[in-house]
Amino acid sequence: MSVDLATVKRVARLARLAVSEEEAQKMMGELNGILGFVEQLSEVNVKDVEPMTSVTPMVMRKRVDVVNDGDKAADIVANAPATTENFFMVPKVVE
Amino acid sequence: MTELTKLTIAEARAKLTAKEISAVELTDAYLAAIEAVNPVINAYVAVTPDKAREMAKASDARIAGGKAGALEGIPLGIKDLFATRDVHTQACSHILDGFKPKYESTVSQNLWDDGAVMLGKLNMDEFAMGSSNESSYYGPVINPWKAEGSNQQLVPGGSSGGSAAAVAAQLCAGATATDTGGSIRQPAAFTGTVGIKPTYGRCSRWGIVAFASSLDQAGPIARDVRDAAILLKSMASVDAKDTTSVDLPVPDYEAAIGQSLKGMKIGIPNEYRVEGMPEEIEKVWQKGMDWLKDAGAEIVNISLPHTKYALPAYYIVAPAEASSNLARYDGVRYGLRVDGKDIVDMYEKTRAAGFGKEVKRRIMIGTYVLSAGYYDAYYLQAQKVRTLIKRDFEIAFANGVDAILTPATPSSAFGIADEDLASDPVKMYLNDIFTVTVNMAGLPGMSVPAGLDHKGLPLGLQLIGKPFDEETLFKTAHVIEQAAGTFSPKKWW
Repeated sequence: MSVDLATVKRVARLARLAVSEEEAQKMMGELNGILGFVEQLSEVNVKDVEPMTSVTPMVMRKRVDVVNDGDKAADIVANAPATTENFFMVPKVVE
Repeated sequence: MTELTKLTIAEARAKLTAKEISAVELTDAYLAAIEAVNPVINAYVAVTPDKAREMAKASDARIAGGKAGALEGIPLGIKDLFATRDVHTQACSHILDGFKPKYESTVSQNLWDDGAVMLGKLNMDEFAMGSSNESSYYGPVINPWKAEGSNQQLVPGGSSGGSAAAVAAQLCAGATATDTGGSIRQPAAFTGTVGIKPTYGRCSRWGIVAFASSLDQAGPIARDVRDAAILLKSMASVDAKDTTSVDLPVPDYEAAIGQSLKGMKIGIPNEYRVEGMPEEIEKVWQKGMDWLKDAGAEIVNISLPHTKYALPAYYIVAPAEASSNLARYDGVRYGLRVDGKDIVDMYEKTRAAGFGKEVKRRIMIGTYVLSAGYYDAYYLQAQKVRTLIKRDFEIAFANGVDAILTPATPSSAFGIADEDLASDPVKMYLNDIFTVTVNMAGLPGMSVPAGLDHKGLPLGLQLIGKPFDEETLFKTAHVIEQAAGTFSPKKWW
């Protein structure tokens, strides 16, 4: 499988990456190189093989469903580029 | 003073315990070395001298009070991927500009709890994506090793290039690192240092900036096998904050060093004899087999038939997980923000400006293989192949093999800005051909120096073990180290 320019632009949009025409062109070549490399996987017979979902055979440990942390709003927003009164500030999303 | 930086962790520990040296003296010696050498090597992206001296002073007080921890007063470098409270933590990416977390990663906290001293944060490939440390926003790390009679600057490997270079140049006693496809073992091999990626689940991933969550593992890079054992003992733990942390006690890895290899079976996988592999790599591999045989181990040929599919499967699984993990960098909660005409424009501009080329490439691949209509053909197929890769190892171990010996890398360190590698991303990816299988199967793997090539550059051997059997790797690696010796670069800086 290979990707065309329109697909590169659509994937960039899905990934929320602004790309220029020139970058999209360059990416198309690189992505097709990588996709060509991974193509060999299709020759492997995977009939009746379960996909790997856990590297170690273990039941995932779960925490007790209780409040055990909190009251750190100032810490949480400490690194944000724009905040007001412990809220994150973003451009207007609702007209 | 500079002599102090020559001490291994085990040697420094003995001198600190005997009160022959103080933790403050040791820390000052490293800070002086960093100040002199780091402008040339670029291993550190942030140095924390005040914090280091404060921690060293506290260590001296604990030593005086008879309350010394296992790493009391030992100065360490921390890869920039680990969250360190109120200290530069940016995964060497522009998108995390100015990020200073309000929390500490479990692994680094474990080290401080044992008395270690933080010297600063170490350079790395951006978000741990790379095999040469050239994708860092902070510029490449220069390998302390140079080929004989050459002045060419070489890469230290990646992604933990800063960790490996700092250890090799004696700018820290040991370093933390992480390994998703070979990022501990490949740089260790390129710098003549020892690196171990433990079994998936052995070290907590909490507070480590995520790249590919089902593959990422933390481990140490150290000057010798014993130091690596000492560091891993402190880094590993059972952690309720990481649901994939495995509930098994952490053994005393150092105690395994010096144990006999009599009766052990070492597997040699036929599939690792790849086309075009330099003869020198073949030779060093044969030497490794001879050393282990001399120590009483039996060498057996094994087959890991799905080896060649590990790298292509990795380049589906790792970018898929990365594209998902890196979705969080959106200019809202931390790091860089580039304003746009609306919120989507702001996201797109921020991410376009904040991520480097290799990271963008992997986000694109990951987004594509997970997108509607392609999931089964790529991601699901890769996860099934992964099951087969893991099964290959399980069969070898079920047949009585205790550990597997392979070369660590297909070559020694290459040049900075190698045009051949820069022009084709897949060529760079091939650097991880021997290491990536281990991550796909979740197994422990260790790189140990085994000799120098004709250019005088270090070559490493890799040992692969059964899940949670790091002790076998330490005792086997120690035998190789005893036979091969340890290697330090000639100072040119």
